[in-house]
Amino acid sequence: MSAIQDSLDDTFFVRTEAAPEKPPPVAVGGVIGWVRRNLFRDVWTSILTLVAAAIAIWFGIDLIRYMVIDAVWSAPDGAACRAPGVGACWAYVARKLPYFVYGSYPVEERWRVDITLLIGAVLIAWLLWPASPRKGLGAILFFVVYPVLAFVLLYGTPVLGLTQVPTHLWGGIFVSLLVALVGMVFSLPGGVLLALGRRSRLPAVRLFSIGFIEFVRGVPLITVLFMANTMLPLFVPEQFSPDRLVRPLIGVALFASAYMAEVVRGGLNAIPRGQFEAAQALGLRYPQMMRLIVLPQALTIVIPGIVNTFIGLFKDTTLVAIVGIFDFLRTVDTARLDPEWAGPTISTTGYLFAAMFYFVFCFGMSRYSLAMERRLAAGRNR
Amino acid sequence: MSAPAAPLATERPPFWNDPFWRGLASQILLAAIVAFIVIEATINARDNMHARGIPTDLSFWNMPAGFDINQSFVAYSAVWPYGRAFVVGLLNTLFVAIVGVILATIVGFAVGAARLSKSWLLARLATVYVEVIRNVPLLLQLLFWYNAVLKPLPGPRQSVDIFGFAFVNNRGLFVPEPVARAGFDYVLIALGIGIIGSIIFWYVARRRQMRTGEQWPVMRVSVGLILGLPILVYFLLGRPLEFAVPQLRGFNFVGGIRLSPELVALLLSLILYTASFIAEIVRAGIQSVPRGQTEAALALGLRPGPLRRLVVMPQAMRVIIPPLTNQYLNLTKNSSLAVFIGYPDLVQIFAGTVLNQTGAAVQVIFITMAVYLAISLATSAVMNLYARHTAIRER
Repeated sequence: MSAIQDSLDDTFFVRTEAAPEKPPPVAVGGVIGWVRRNLFRDVWTSILTLVAAAIAIWFGIDLIRYMVIDAVWSAPDGAACRAPGVGACWAYVARKLPYFVYGSYPVEERWRVDITLLIGAVLIAWLLWPASPRKGLGAILFFVVYPVLAFVLLYGTPVLGLTQVPTHLWGGIFVSLLVALVGMVFSLPGGVLLALGRRSRLPAVRLFSIGFIEFVRGVPLITVLFMANTMLPLFVPEQFSPDRLVRPLIGVALFASAYMAEVVRGGLNAIPRGQFEAAQALGLRYPQMMRLIVLPQALTIVIPGIVNTFIGLFKDTTLVAIVGIFDFLRTVDTARLDPEWAGPTISTTGYLFAAMFYFVFCFGMSRYSLAMERRLAAGRNR
Repeated sequence: MSAPAAPLATERPPFWNDPFWRGLASQILLAAIVAFIVIEATINARDNMHARGIPTDLSFWNMPAGFDINQSFVAYSAVWPYGRAFVVGLLNTLFVAIVGVILATIVGFAVGAARLSKSWLLARLATVYVEVIRNVPLLLQLLFWYNAVLKPLPGPRQSVDIFGFAFVNNRGLFVPEPVARAGFDYVLIALGIGIIGSIIFWYVARRRQMRTGEQWPVMRVSVGLILGLPILVYFLLGRPLEFAVPQLRGFNFVGGIRLSPELVALLLSLILYTASFIAEIVRAGIQSVPRGQTEAALALGLRPGPLRRLVVMPQAMRVIIPPLTNQYLNLTKNSSLAVFIGYPDLVQIFAGTVLNQTGAAVQVIFITMAVYLAISLATSAVMNLYARHTAIRER
């Protein structure tokens, strides 16, 4: 017995006392735990965090100083903004704001622009607010009635006692919004038609759609605008030559349609065959099948893509300046040369203001699309 | 029993309900409309161009251009023909596109990796960068860099000094120019030998690993061959490459390479803008690799380096490459914004100056579009080949 015990003692190791206690794990909860986990997890992460902190502090302090602390908030002219060491000249933006919004639109007629923008804002809010009633009516008002109304109000007609304002006086933010809206209003139906054409079983229709889409997507917008501006007047009889503002609008609408078509096609491709077959089995004609069954599903899937196209379109409206349209960015770029205000900080101030404007719109659109995506995915993520 | 069933209708429907005839009719209608528009536009264009005295052929191609271009990779002056100006513009566009694509890829991958960093602060910083840059128009950024940053810089005498070898002033960015002396050819030969040698080594190592499972340090040997060998030769031959640092002489710099403010602004804005999109693509691509892949690789005992190189990135690249190519094409097309600041690219020279001088709008615009279209279609063709090559092969 004891011999067996001895041999066991020789061959096995049986722990007789407890292992030494280890220190408690470092804090994993609370603020300190969070900092440890997310900022100083290991040496490499700590270095990256410190570098990022240095950049953020260095850049952030400079930015805040420039935009808030050292900024000139009110001044009668550019003298105060020319002093050495001052930051952004917001007084200049405040003074030039009417020009930034309306361009050279006559001062006494600017209420017409205000009303047009207000109606547009109400209609857009109606369409975008998820809980709003009667969206169909809103869509008809926005896509059909509003463009006509906007044209009458902005351009004017002697019949209603509104003096005509020629388009070369139009400018500023309202022209940027106008170009973007025209692009959006035309690109959605145009894109749907082109996407359906690209999937058609009729070879001529398919060939035409593919040719148009690939051609437009393969060239820069600037060349499309050049084409609309210089070639369109050549292609039509002289008396029908389109207005100088209408030409880039046509270019933008065609350009946006081609990009929208590819987005919509992605949605159409994602609809299972069974949906088409079921619709046909129910006896629906092609337009009914598309309108009632396929497109509602396809467009819902690609809402993020549609909004992305809109964001791209909104940013691209800045390019119409190349054909002589005074959009928002062009007014900013022109106003900075005003000798009364010209100074070292004026350009930067103007561009910062414009950047904030575009950022608010584009970022807002992308957030809205994210929210919608989550809302619509609720049904799928049960 | 019941009466015999009526025979099924076997006659064809009337031809206006027959899908074949309907399809044919609508296609003929479409073709007729397109043909009508094209013919009508052609006739109108011809009449209008005749009325305005605009040339309708390409005879201007060989006429002297009569304007100067301040950046050219081939011999050019005002006496050269328009066709030569076209080549100059095309090369300038390609130059911006290639340099932009390379640098935007580097910045984009770095920012994309930063967005996935374990350091919360760095990830936030990268997110801010991406969101701000993506949501501001490229043209605005371009004008900002050109008009608000580069143009107001002081003159050459008060240049901003970058570590003593590069200088920025309102005439552009001056960087050192590499000047090869006698014997530099041998360094290039050594580089060539290094590249060929490392390819052979990689091939042999792979065959060996296939046969025996034994791994050779391919990475280290390749770096040693490609970098070490030329550097060794370089020092053995007494450093036959010098960098001509730009020197301030009088009112301007001599020596070195001058990059015009237009080029610097265009490249900066294109790179920063495109990089923000590439960063998102890279992030999405890496996140698309299922977590189980990483866990499986860790369970097999792979270290973080090989884990990324052998498991995550090959799968991520399959998702990344198609939209990445799209961004490359976007960058190439966006380089046409050069026209706003006067960088002599294809659009500025050809669709701008040449069009204004000759008035040949139709020909010039179509040629310009054809160039971009050719670049796009060629890239798409290569991409489709690549997609077919990397598609997941299922049984």
